[in-house]
Amino acid sequence: MTQPKHLLSIEDLGLDGIREIMRLSDSFADLANRPIPKVPALRGKVVANVFYENSTRTRLSFESAIKRLSADVMTFVVANSSVNKGESLKDTANTLLELGADALIVRHSSAGVPMQIASWVDVPVINAGDGCHEHPTQALLDCYSISKLHKKLRRKSKNSAISFNGLVVGIVGDILHSRVARSLVTALNLLGAEVVLAAPRTMLPPAFESWDVVVSNDFDSLLGKLDIVYLLRIQSERMKVVSIPSLREYTTWYGLSMKRVKMLQKDALIMHPGPMNQGVEITPEVAQLPNCIVGEQVANGVITRMAVLFRLLVP
Amino acid sequence: MTNADDLTRSFENKAGYLKYSGEIVIYGGTVIDELGYRQVDVVIEDGKIKQLVEPSDLVPKSLKLDATGCWVTPGLVDLHAHLREPGFEDSECIETGSTAAALGGYTAVVAMPNTEPCVDNASVVRDIQKIAATALIEVLPAGAITKSRQGETLSPMAEMAELGVRIFTDDGAGIQDGHVMRMAMEYASGLSGGLANDNGIVLASHAEDTSLSANGQMHEGIWSSKLGIPGILTQAEDVMVYRDISLAKLTGARLHLMHISTAESVRLLALAKAEGFWVTGEVTPHHLTLTDEELKSFDPTMKVKPPLRSSDIQQSLKDALYHGIVDAVATDHAPWSKQFKECAFQDAAFGISGLETALSVMLSSFCQTEQPKNVAQSNTGRLTPQELIGLMSSKPARIAGVYPRHGGPIQKGAVANLCVIDPNFEWVVNPEEMASRSTNTPWLKKKLKGKIRHTIFQGVPVVMDMVAQR
Repeated sequence: MTQPKHLLSIEDLGLDGIREIMRLSDSFADLANRPIPKVPALRGKVVANVFYENSTRTRLSFESAIKRLSADVMTFVVANSSVNKGESLKDTANTLLELGADALIVRHSSAGVPMQIASWVDVPVINAGDGCHEHPTQALLDCYSISKLHKKLRRKSKNSAISFNGLVVGIVGDILHSRVARSLVTALNLLGAEVVLAAPRTMLPPAFESWDVVVSNDFDSLLGKLDIVYLLRIQSERMKVVSIPSLREYTTWYGLSMKRVKMLQKDALIMHPGPMNQGVEITPEVAQLPNCIVGEQVANGVITRMAVLFRLLVP
Repeated sequence: MTNADDLTRSFENKAGYLKYSGEIVIYGGTVIDELGYRQVDVVIEDGKIKQLVEPSDLVPKSLKLDATGCWVTPGLVDLHAHLREPGFEDSECIETGSTAAALGGYTAVVAMPNTEPCVDNASVVRDIQKIAATALIEVLPAGAITKSRQGETLSPMAEMAELGVRIFTDDGAGIQDGHVMRMAMEYASGLSGGLANDNGIVLASHAEDTSLSANGQMHEGIWSSKLGIPGILTQAEDVMVYRDISLAKLTGARLHLMHISTAESVRLLALAKAEGFWVTGEVTPHHLTLTDEELKSFDPTMKVKPPLRSSDIQQSLKDALYHGIVDAVATDHAPWSKQFKECAFQDAAFGISGLETALSVMLSSFCQTEQPKNVAQSNTGRLTPQELIGLMSSKPARIAGVYPRHGGPIQKGAVANLCVIDPNFEWVVNPEEMASRSTNTPWLKKKLKGKIRHTIFQGVPVVMDMVAQR
């Protein structure tokens, strides 16, 4: 098999790619427990974080992954991309290559920027979130977390290929503006899970009939069927574009409260890509429950990103 | 045999105008115009067609333009091009844009008024006319309907009309305020001199309700949903087309719908025509040949307004073309220099260049290059050469008020605005060979079939053997 060049979208990656990254993640999983949690796999390599959009968590997660693989990290952060409209993306990418970058991790508020950059440069490009398009490493860490933590899957033998057949995942919130949802739906579909979207109609993407999902606007009646409830962050700035009448109204119908948690299956897991808006999409009590695996997601993020980097950079 | 290189120099006099005073013969081609198809040679002198002669009748001592295997047609007329001058000369200027047009077979091009300053008064019109006087083709400045295209106050249309401006438009976003549009139509129809006058004022509508299109970047549909790119729904166009047709019916104004991109626009246009109103419509080569699926490459070259639509909507546009519902194929030539396109998709400018490729794209996709033997054969769902030339020459010429100077029948005494098309010539769109300052075309490095061999503007061969003579 020829070495993959980039990680731009889950669709490009495909089922085999997802499974390969999950296998690699397993091999990095124990590393965190060692006294020195590093391997020399990428020693001498330089990885550049190119963030045109604010992100602390994803950037630090990648930085941590880079450092555990013993590579050096360069960080290029342009907090406000609108200030830099005049700046050529191509120039920036080339500058980073001249500075010695062996791979670029790119986040941008515009869909497609990692693909555009990948068409210009000859080093691996990793999409760390592009507009409302994709956030593939988030979907990978989520699927990895599900495979490790959901009881239905844990029981399966270690050697069999990972499959989410029979698993029902509900994704709740602003699907329309969510790159996490786009990557995750594709990944879950590839792995065989059934995906249900629950959201007010204004937060559903156009032509959602073309997605391989079931759509519901009755969250309560859905809860009993879900193995996973995946909450998306509700961004209050979205209200300016009249997506929802008020946060309170959203919370009343779609917020995950203790009352709703009781309607879930016993083994159901609660997930969130972070940062959580406690009191909006999730109550503080629910966020503290043991089956709310937000912390594990963050820890698995580093492992998964190590696997992604390893796969692209180690020949 | 005359040496074409020597002749070239004699075309240009001190003022920069292209001139040629000798006799020119276009030989070996098939003349195609509104009158039909004829195997004749065309003799040109003093800017006019001197005579049509049988192919064997050799005319001595003339400049001979080979049209063997080619079509000799009226020069093409584009109702919609952005030549960017004044204001955005890094993307295009009148000279480069008109040379690009000549290479594309055009002898007349309507230049959009969204320049800086905007074409909203007589003095800007005069400036453009002065610069365009030495262009390889005729540049017809369109005027803005409202001052600075702000959609608020009417621009002095009468003083611009006096200088020959026939088409007025706020192309770019269109007039949002319905009352302003109504007033514009009332005012313009007063200038039209009644419908009997072929050269009446035309209001050209960029139909877009910007509160609905908002920050949309591509067609709203399956692909925008998948790609996470904000969508522009078809209704943003439909509601404005409905409004403008309604107001045209009320006021009697002549309405031209620019770059139609939805099935509902087609339906409304057909209806208005059936009811006998003076409403016309144009469609672009890119809307006819590309769909929203192209956006999956995230290539900002494909970012255009109105957006590339889905294939089922595109089929409606094709049907409208075949059934004569749309009147013209217009380029919406919208050149942008690299910095406007080599950036993040969301920051890129809307627009596709088209003057140099329009005819070739249409020929490649829609035209039988063989001449039909009988009428029944022409009714195959694709366009005959005559129909295509009608859509790109005589019909737009009528809308722009330049018929029969442009687009008229090729006959004795007519102004020699002609082009010679080699319908089977295969070529690759090479950025190095483009006359336009910008290369934002989806056909870059793509192979097309059919190319302009010669363009004759007012009796002067401004393009000979595919080379612009300046």
